[in-house]
Amino acid sequence: MTSRTSPSRWWHYKRRFANILMWVVAILATLIAVTPLVLVMYHVTVQALPALNWGFFTQMPKPIGEAGGGMLNAIVGTLILIGLAGLFGLPFGILGGIYLAEFGNNRPANVIRFTADVLASVPSIVVGILVYSLIVAHTKTFSALAGGFALGMMMIPTVTRTTEEIVRMVPVSQREAALSLGASQVTTIFTVVMSAARGGVITGALLAIARVAGETAPLMFTAGTSSFFSVNIKQPIASLPMEIFLRATAPYDVGHAQAWAGAFVLVVLVLILSIAARYATRGRLRIVR
Amino acid sequence: MASVSEPSYSLKRRGLFGANFADRIFRWGTFFFAIAVPILILLLVWILSKGARTSIVTFGGHFLSTSIWDVVHSKFGVLFAIAGTALTSLLALLLAVPVSLGAALFLSELAPRWMRSPLSFLIELLAAVPSIVYGIWGIFILVPVIKHVEVWLQIRFPFIPFFQGETLGFGVITAGVILAIMILPFITSISREVIQAVPRAQREAALALGATQWEALSGPVLRYARSGILGAIILGLGRALGETMAVTMVIGNNNTIPLSLFSLGNTMPSLLANEFAEASDPLQLSALYHVALVLVIITIIINAVARLMIWSVSKGERLEVQE
Repeated sequence: MTSRTSPSRWWHYKRRFANILMWVVAILATLIAVTPLVLVMYHVTVQALPALNWGFFTQMPKPIGEAGGGMLNAIVGTLILIGLAGLFGLPFGILGGIYLAEFGNNRPANVIRFTADVLASVPSIVVGILVYSLIVAHTKTFSALAGGFALGMMMIPTVTRTTEEIVRMVPVSQREAALSLGASQVTTIFTVVMSAARGGVITGALLAIARVAGETAPLMFTAGTSSFFSVNIKQPIASLPMEIFLRATAPYDVGHAQAWAGAFVLVVLVLILSIAARYATRGRLRIVR
Repeated sequence: MASVSEPSYSLKRRGLFGANFADRIFRWGTFFFAIAVPILILLLVWILSKGARTSIVTFGGHFLSTSIWDVVHSKFGVLFAIAGTALTSLLALLLAVPVSLGAALFLSELAPRWMRSPLSFLIELLAAVPSIVYGIWGIFILVPVIKHVEVWLQIRFPFIPFFQGETLGFGVITAGVILAIMILPFITSISREVIQAVPRAQREAALALGATQWEALSGPVLRYARSGILGAIILGLGRALGETMAVTMVIGNNNTIPLSLFSLGNTMPSLLANEFAEASDPLQLSALYHVALVLVIITIIINAVARLMIWSVSKGERLEVQE
């Protein structure tokens, strides 16, 4: 038989071993978690290269299956949709966020915060259906206006929460200083608080725009798609995500390469905005909400 | 999500007595914009209920318990989509949760300080990639890989019932893998936050008693963070349930109950994406509103539960304020 001390020593080693094992498992898990990002970036870049040229940004699409052509109309369409979304979503998001930050110590504000979280979690396809019923069912046609409205609606909860956070970060002493000099609340908020919070609020807005720029599902029943160049907001409009979807699911290699190129453009756009947002606010604003 | 104290000046009192007219206008003006959020939610539920009324009256409970999508004879039951949604989401959780928790532990406890925030940021970038990009990556890169894996699994384990059927590469298993990748950053980043919110005294007490780092973590720290981590997982589930584009591109869009992991299937959001624009029959349209209503109610409940659980750990003070 072994000595009396051995069980306790064995137990000691077992604990040390479990500790090291968990270290290794945790490190492996982290590596696995980062892998998909690396793979997606790699594949998007490599597959997009054949179709990424000047013509992709400056030419209209050729008929399906034909070589050449670009996505000019989809790029312009996405910019228009983002603009409309900002027009609808930002006032509600920013002013709502200011309300929550400055006057948000009451029950209605808690309800608003909670419903903002709920709205953020509503599946994007359902947002598309809501806007279809509200707008498209009445105008009888898909339109850029409806698409922008759907995207704007998806921006509201994100912008509300980021604005609230940023505005709250402005030190109370600054508000008190302004108030003690006799400034009214409105003056205090617009001159002192907002001038300190402006950068962060803008960054939050850009982050929200980056997120909706790649949304496809809410556009399917609202903006529709179009093979023409259009800037008319009452007409259907092409967008990058919809074009990627249509080309990726159609059986033509030329289209596939262009779909990858579209995906590349979207990813680069989103990454630049996310990294810029992180840099500008030193990591205060999160991508994950 | 940093918890910052409220501005100390009480605006309510000023609003009643000291404030001037412009202040009051501003307060109510911003309130008008803020109140749009709850109104939108009410509007959403009302519009969907209105659209779904015909279907609810016609099919009643059978809508959720039968599996038939017959446009010609106007007979609809969406058990197949509910099964597909549940199966893909659970598969995603099964794959994502262990990885997320391991990564969250590493990022919050073990990693050297200089490594923590860049690594967390990299994982969070996964959440910023649009779902259409995961979709195209899924179709052209993941599907062929999964197809090989399916063939291999069928040769090695021909007796396991989940591995039966044609090896197409598309189907439930592919959708599950894509969803796992997409919800991973959410679960990781929220769990990390929750673990970091556990008071230092919890782990220091355990370490002082001679516990190893892992013992301090698995005991006091994780027990303290338990409900928050569960909340993070449920939040991830909510994301998986509502995800549309990436799933619809790889699941095969087949309106039958998936009997194997290799089967083609359909989920509720994917069914909506496929059928809503083309629905010509009023009853079919109403059935689709019905699906959307069920989906929204499920996600709202799941999200409410998850948020409450996360708040209970990381923002205890906010819950107390409400009472």
